[in-house]
Amino acid sequence: MIHSLFLINASGDIFLEKHWKSVVSRSVCDYFFEAQERASEAENVPPVIPTPHHYLLSIYRHKIFFVAVIQSEVPPLFVIEFLHRVVDTFQDYFGVCSEVIIKDNVVVVYEVLEEMLDNGFPLATESNILKELIKPPTILRTVVNTITGSTNVGDQLPTGQLSVVPWRRTGVKYTNNEAYFDVIEEIDAIIDKSGSTITAEIQGVIDACVKLTGMPDLTLSFMNPRLLDDVSFHPCVRFKRWESERILSFIPPDGNFRLLSYHVSAQNLVAIPVYVKHNISFRDSSSLGRFEITVGPKQTMGKTVEGVMVTSQMPKSVLNMTLMPSQGTHVFDPVTKLLSWDVGKINPQKLPSLKGSVSLQAGTSKPDENPTINLQFKIQQLAISGLKVNRLDMYGEKYKPFKGIKYMTKAGKFQVRT
Amino acid sequence: MTDSKYFTTTKKGEIFELKAELNSDKKEKKKEAVKKVIASMTVGKDVSALFPDVVNCMQTDNLELKKLVYLYLMNYAKSQPDMAIMAVNTFVKDCEDPNPLIRALAVRTMGCIRVDKITEYLCEPLRKCLKDEDPYVRKTAAVCVAKLHDINAQLVEDQGFLDTLKDLISDSNPMVVANAVAALSEIAESHPSSNLLDLNPQSINKLLTALNECTEWGQIFILDCLANYMPKDDREAQSICERVTPRLSHANSAVVLSAVKVLMKFMEMLSKDLDYYGTLLKKLAPPLVTLLSAEPELQYVALRNINLIVQKRPEILKHEMKVFFVKYNDPIYVKLEKLDIMIRLASQANIAQVLAELKEYATEVDVDFVRKAVRAIGRCAIKVEQSAERCVSTLLDLIQTKVNYVVQEAIVVIKDIFRKYPNKYESVIATLCENLDSLDEPEARAAMIWIVGEYAERIDNADELLESFLEGFHDESTQVQLQLLTAIVKLFLKKPTETQELVQQVLSLATQDSDNPDLRDRGYIYWRLLSTDPVAAKEVVLAEKPLISEETDLIEPTLLDELICYIGTLASVYHKPPSAFVEGSRGVVHKSLPPRTGSSESAESPDTAPSGGPAADQPSVIPTQGDLLGDLLNLDLGPPVSGPPMATSTVQMGAVDLLGDSLMGGSGGSFTPAPSTTAPTNVGAPLGSGLGDLFDLTGGVGTLSGSYVAPKTVWLPAMKAKGLEISGTFSRQVGSISMDLVLTNKALQVMSDFAIQFNRNSFGLAPAAPLQVHAPLAPNQSVEISLPLNTVGSVMKMEPLNNLQVAVKNNIDVFYFSTLYPLHILFVEDGKMERQMFLATWKDMPNENETQFQIKDCSLNADAVSSKLQGSNIFTIAKRNVEGQDMLYQSLKLTNGIWVLAELRIQPSNPSFTLSLKCRAPEVSQYIYQAYETILKN
Repeated sequence: MIHSLFLINASGDIFLEKHWKSVVSRSVCDYFFEAQERASEAENVPPVIPTPHHYLLSIYRHKIFFVAVIQSEVPPLFVIEFLHRVVDTFQDYFGVCSEVIIKDNVVVVYEVLEEMLDNGFPLATESNILKELIKPPTILRTVVNTITGSTNVGDQLPTGQLSVVPWRRTGVKYTNNEAYFDVIEEIDAIIDKSGSTITAEIQGVIDACVKLTGMPDLTLSFMNPRLLDDVSFHPCVRFKRWESERILSFIPPDGNFRLLSYHVSAQNLVAIPVYVKHNISFRDSSSLGRFEITVGPKQTMGKTVEGVMVTSQMPKSVLNMTLMPSQGTHVFDPVTKLLSWDVGKINPQKLPSLKGSVSLQAGTSKPDENPTINLQFKIQQLAISGLKVNRLDMYGEKYKPFKGIKYMTKAGKFQVRT
Repeated sequence: MTDSKYFTTTKKGEIFELKAELNSDKKEKKKEAVKKVIASMTVGKDVSALFPDVVNCMQTDNLELKKLVYLYLMNYAKSQPDMAIMAVNTFVKDCEDPNPLIRALAVRTMGCIRVDKITEYLCEPLRKCLKDEDPYVRKTAAVCVAKLHDINAQLVEDQGFLDTLKDLISDSNPMVVANAVAALSEIAESHPSSNLLDLNPQSINKLLTALNECTEWGQIFILDCLANYMPKDDREAQSICERVTPRLSHANSAVVLSAVKVLMKFMEMLSKDLDYYGTLLKKLAPPLVTLLSAEPELQYVALRNINLIVQKRPEILKHEMKVFFVKYNDPIYVKLEKLDIMIRLASQANIAQVLAELKEYATEVDVDFVRKAVRAIGRCAIKVEQSAERCVSTLLDLIQTKVNYVVQEAIVVIKDIFRKYPNKYESVIATLCENLDSLDEPEARAAMIWIVGEYAERIDNADELLESFLEGFHDESTQVQLQLLTAIVKLFLKKPTETQELVQQVLSLATQDSDNPDLRDRGYIYWRLLSTDPVAAKEVVLAEKPLISEETDLIEPTLLDELICYIGTLASVYHKPPSAFVEGSRGVVHKSLPPRTGSSESAESPDTAPSGGPAADQPSVIPTQGDLLGDLLNLDLGPPVSGPPMATSTVQMGAVDLLGDSLMGGSGGSFTPAPSTTAPTNVGAPLGSGLGDLFDLTGGVGTLSGSYVAPKTVWLPAMKAKGLEISGTFSRQVGSISMDLVLTNKALQVMSDFAIQFNRNSFGLAPAAPLQVHAPLAPNQSVEISLPLNTVGSVMKMEPLNNLQVAVKNNIDVFYFSTLYPLHILFVEDGKMERQMFLATWKDMPNENETQFQIKDCSLNADAVSSKLQGSNIFTIAKRNVEGQDMLYQSLKLTNGIWVLAELRIQPSNPSFTLSLKCRAPEVSQYIYQAYETILKN
């Protein structure tokens, strides 16, 4: 199972190590550093690195490498999933996950890690349970602790630890009982030169924030559940009822959680809400090139496209760009060659465009590669797949909760080739 | 108020100050001090000097302080074992605490203190905790057993903890079940032989019930454990599949992949006609696709596994090509894997799309990725025949870009396309020749030279082109030099008049001015060939080449089946069985897919059937490599077997060397000096028992026909040797022994670089010449080889005496098998004893050395027997008729000089013969008898 964990920052310092079995010398990380050196960018460090006696499995999040050391045959996904859980827990505890904050809370971090694994076996990874075992630091609590001498380690066995609903603690009480659900869909797409769609798929999630007293039992039904044929559920969802009735029935965890994630890949179901018209050319003879892009709405179901942001990695031989946007602001970084244009809202009557010229390094030949355009946008109150919640009911408790559903569509990895 | 204050140091010295604080009376100060110590520990500072002071703080009611001290203990107990004993009392006390949290904490911490002395004290508290009323304590204790086993396995077994752990599989609480399974799995990993996880339908049912209720991590443990179970029939397999399928919708990708493993494995048992089989196939696709939208690290592991799944069951993802299209900001390791899968999924239906994508990728920035994309186009051409033309034109477009590495890569793959579709796309040669000057990588240069040589008759200025390469001959890499040599020889054979000078130049460069032995040897061979028999040279050099296989990149089926059993593990990421790389796995149990039980299927997929033990009388494959290893390694055969199998391919044996390089170029591959399959007389005689030969000239008629040869039997089944099947027999003809082998390639890749070695054996049998297989062995081809043997090898007594352990190597791996050879191949031709001598020897040998055997059901008469035996060098010295019985007195001699005397009694009416053998080494008698029986009955 998982032997040790090393946290390494971008400059290659090991700033935290935790061993769940015998101590593994930190020199094992040298193999990691070698791999890191070979990789051009931090993102390209391979996630599985073999060393003579161990295997290093790593993830890169928030500019920190989380490197797990294992010694025997362990499912790598198990380790990587666990590492993600560690990151999520840190974020949940401290709000952000960064080197500074981890160093500032090193003892809590250490205690939490100790609770998460026992001898390399996962022990408590649900943040509800962890928070009962080790209370997250807050300014108020630190003050109280210093005055009263009490500690931030719970001395009761967390109730969820062994119950049938390990994700929920007992005795939850709220004065305002509310349950909010956000249906968020991200469109991943590749659009080719001519504007036709090469691939398009929707990654959807339903995130929930449930603050309800007691042990509520919720059911959520959809107008068009047929859309969801590829779903991953939170463990609280009763799978049998979904199979037979296409209804989500569950006792929710307390607080924020991801109820379900789904995937819609059938091409005809994925509408592409924006289009990009582009005309980028580098001429061989002169050291000047032309650059022109226009962004416009396509299938938006009458909603406004906002938060539009265009980025594009220019070829190395581009020296500078002289551009005029019809709206928004643009920046070209001559060092990283990254062009970004913050467009804002798209007004269908007056399409935003960015025009101008590109100056190329004199003497070099025309760049081989065409820049790919990366697009970000948001559409409020729309789930592009057409998914709609029908109703939400609560059983098991007497009070009447406040319920809310929000929809949003975003660009995921949305790329336009030129 | 953050923890960073714990890192501030003062001038006095940190340790000193902490010591004072730890011994403070104030609780608050003590706790702060312990926190500082922990903080230092986490960043790797050595605070072990504070051990006694920290341990002193252990007896406290404050849970946080207790936990902190425990943390410290776990880290440093090993370095201070004597001190750690001080903590034992507190542990024992805490295990009795009314608060289950404290009990669990104590049992958890105890197990992490890796000190032998302490473990003894641990047993009693642990036993109690395993039966604790609180499931939280029980599940913690289950893990503690695994910890303890890691420290002292013997102790755990002696104390009976393993049985208690097995009982916990039937615990009422799913979490306890999951942890017990996890602990048992971990223990079982270091004890592959033990039947720790002996699953039966009842326990399977328990596990499946627990599966629905335990945490995601517990589900992974249980699923991995289920995957090792072998259902008794297809009904059971289906019912397990039905209960596992819901796990495919889990949010945790590790759960999903473990479930996929169980389903992939058990599906093997379901009949393809079942409706359920189709349903299951459909259900597998969406979760696999979903894995690809996860974080890149997860994607990578998923892709490596999908690569296996796609090869095993292409139908699952055949419509999902698009999800493998590369996004430009994918990490490089994801891009390369996606590309690989795209090619595997490429078919006539989607090839247009794939090619358009690949062309797009070829204009990207990352050089490695671009190269692989260009290569992929070539692989598509070879895989999907209908697309070849389109691929070639795409490659030509890419060559027009003039981007250096794209051009070079394109030329390398075009060479492969030429080999797959000869005489089809030669029109592009002109375009290729234009780019001759830009090629600076050896592989591309070699490919170009090969093309020029191969199509010399169509290229007007072929001689000029090749001559231009010749100028810098000595600066080229070996690969290019060899290719250039072959190409010029080809050119000469095609256009002899204009190129005489050129060929002489290259031959002298290769033979006189080069110190590379491969190059020199190849040069000499060409030279001699050209000078002795130009016609033969033409036949050899310009021989038709075998087409390259389209599936060379596939994992061969037996390995693939094994890897399918390891989906989700490191093995699946490396595409190697765990035995190849997992350290400390003592004799890993090889997993295999279950056989299909549906009767309609059994004939269709014989390769998936597990290898049942071979029939008892057949030579058996040596089951465990472990104990043999030591012996065989002494033979200098190659690299140690424990290393990754890849390494073996780089080792080449002397004779194979000559041929090794020419495989790629193609031209040289078809000629060898003195093929070994010619009559064994030439090869074996001078090396083998040559003396026997001389004496044998007077031997009589029988010897000419040679001794009895048993029909070939399978010695090494393909299942055990990654697709290489070896069958064979032994024969003795005119004084030379040979081993007649048939090598069959049942894998999908070409095999080459064959070599053979014997382990030391009772009679010193050893190969008299290296194993020579001229051309690489293409899939589904077999080759017959007669390997001459001699008996001058080193001797070691084997059990049974005629046991021979053989190691065969090819470019894939080294394989071992053992076989029994019939003793009569060792009977030499001068085994006829003088009559007087016979009498004297018979009398001289003590009676204890005489053994009697019955040969039943033999209806030959004395003369027929006599002549039959003489064929195998058993000589009749005298024949007497006593009371109606024929008595034959016979002698024979073994290669190592042992004489055996025999008396054979034959009654005309009785088909049973009595054989009495007398020999100074009576242990051979039994095998001589077996030889008699074999000879007489065939």
